[in-house]
Amino acid sequence: MKKHVIEAPVLENVPIADGIYRMVFHAQLLAIEAQPGQFVMVMKPDDQATFLRRPFGIADADPAAGTITIIYRLVGRGTKAFAKMKQGELLSVEGPIGHGFTLREGRQLLVGGGLGIAPLIFLAKSLPEKPLFLIGGRNEKEIFWKDLLAPLAEKIYVTTDDGSFGTKGFTTTLLPDVLEKEQPAGVVTCGPTIMMKGIAGLVKESGLPCEVSLEKRMACGIGVCLGCTFETTAGTRKKVCVDGPVFPAEEVFA
Amino acid sequence: MNKERLATEFCGLHLATPVMGASGTFGFGVEYEDFVDMADVGAILSKGITPEPRSGNAGVRIAETPSGMLNCIGLENPGVEVFLEGILPKAGKLAAPLIVNISAGTAEEYGELAAKLDVDGVAALEVNISCPNVKEGGIVFGTKPEAAASVTAEVKAHTKKPVIVKLSPNVTDITVMAKAVEAAGADALTVCNTFMGMAIDVERRRPLLGNITGGLSGACIRPLALRLVWQTAKAVQIPIIGCGGIQTGEDAVAFLLAGASAVEVGAENFRNPRAVVTVAEELDSYLERHGIANAKDLVGALEA
Repeated sequence: MKKHVIEAPVLENVPIADGIYRMVFHAQLLAIEAQPGQFVMVMKPDDQATFLRRPFGIADADPAAGTITIIYRLVGRGTKAFAKMKQGELLSVEGPIGHGFTLREGRQLLVGGGLGIAPLIFLAKSLPEKPLFLIGGRNEKEIFWKDLLAPLAEKIYVTTDDGSFGTKGFTTTLLPDVLEKEQPAGVVTCGPTIMMKGIAGLVKESGLPCEVSLEKRMACGIGVCLGCTFETTAGTRKKVCVDGPVFPAEEVFA
Repeated sequence: MNKERLATEFCGLHLATPVMGASGTFGFGVEYEDFVDMADVGAILSKGITPEPRSGNAGVRIAETPSGMLNCIGLENPGVEVFLEGILPKAGKLAAPLIVNISAGTAEEYGELAAKLDVDGVAALEVNISCPNVKEGGIVFGTKPEAAASVTAEVKAHTKKPVIVKLSPNVTDITVMAKAVEAAGADALTVCNTFMGMAIDVERRRPLLGNITGGLSGACIRPLALRLVWQTAKAVQIPIIGCGGIQTGEDAVAFLLAGASAVEVGAENFRNPRAVVTVAEELDSYLERHGIANAKDLVGALEA
């Protein structure tokens, strides 16, 4: 699919949790073409302080309204500059980029941690059947996602490291019980690498299809800088930006 | 853009514009077909090709720095055989000439690589003796005049294509390197590759890059590269491609005035995938504004 660079007006840019922002911008072409799991590379035009674009998974795309939603955490120069952007300011958006999630039949289990939950929102809206969610965070404050997911999920399982909400432990702690009880048709996971590796390992034993969405440092998003390449379990080199970010789990984790 | 004002000849190659996409930032050209008409691109400098496939360096390979970036990719590429079979058939037929950037571990290997690439679809060779991110080859040849000369002579002996040598800025006197390479038969020079640099995450007390050091590129190096082009142009007779932090048409004009006959746009391609064309368009409006018939008229025209 053809990629575009669009000067997109910001429609909304608001904090939705501690240090977490949701930005909605108008980019008609991207909103029509975007697939769940794809991402955009964004920058403030003419902002030399942040030299490179930043990749963000698409959290929602509304073709009728022509809007794209991203959810981001304040981490450095780039995201701090984004957080100051006002309604009507222009954002330079390149996309849609990458190879997204497979929209499988049957009830899927979506396992997310941190900002990795954002692209799963768009996926949940696009799947033929309402999915189950299993999300994890350090504490109750990090589980604000559950309110965003509630209308999209058949059921939401929650774990926190400190036990302040849901089951105490990690998503991997609860996964075997969820698989046993819910018998999902497949699993999709997006979040910290260590979480995805654990999830992929447990799902492998069950024989269910499992997709993972990778995040790596990249400069271009179009397969030329080679910042984001990795070696697959088959020993071949792949680029997270154009070959992924979504891969079958067995290609990434042995 | 006015093609008559921008058209130029470089080492016998007819270029639509003097603005090219720099090696390592422009893929094999095909990656940019969504964004630009290749007929508006001066030339494509391929990702560095080596005799064998390379997977590059481990760990984080990209770090943003003030007005620029560091990279330590380490010449990841599929190797010359895969390039010839899988990439050249398409990349060699684009509307822009494909100049293949090459790296190897010894002068002999550079020669063998040049011989394999002496085929249709390859417009010229850019010899990389300046990659700061690999131990063998690359920078070793870029900092010793005799070694640079022997690589140049070896490549020249094995190809009928124009040979452009890409110099390293990480030397005390770039003119010594430039003259050595010119005497060995180089048809042109690219000035310059990335500057060695590093960045540290002080909270974690760790380097930002997996390879600890990397090559600095982007707007922050523009004045440094411009000075090197100016010095080199006064020291040699062969044409120079200016490269380093070019983002706009006016940046390109500065490099031409300093003595470059053409320019390469590098890291800016990551920010703006149309950069090679927007720089050419802006160069053209400068020429129109100043009533200059062709970009060639600016080369070395600095009044100083």
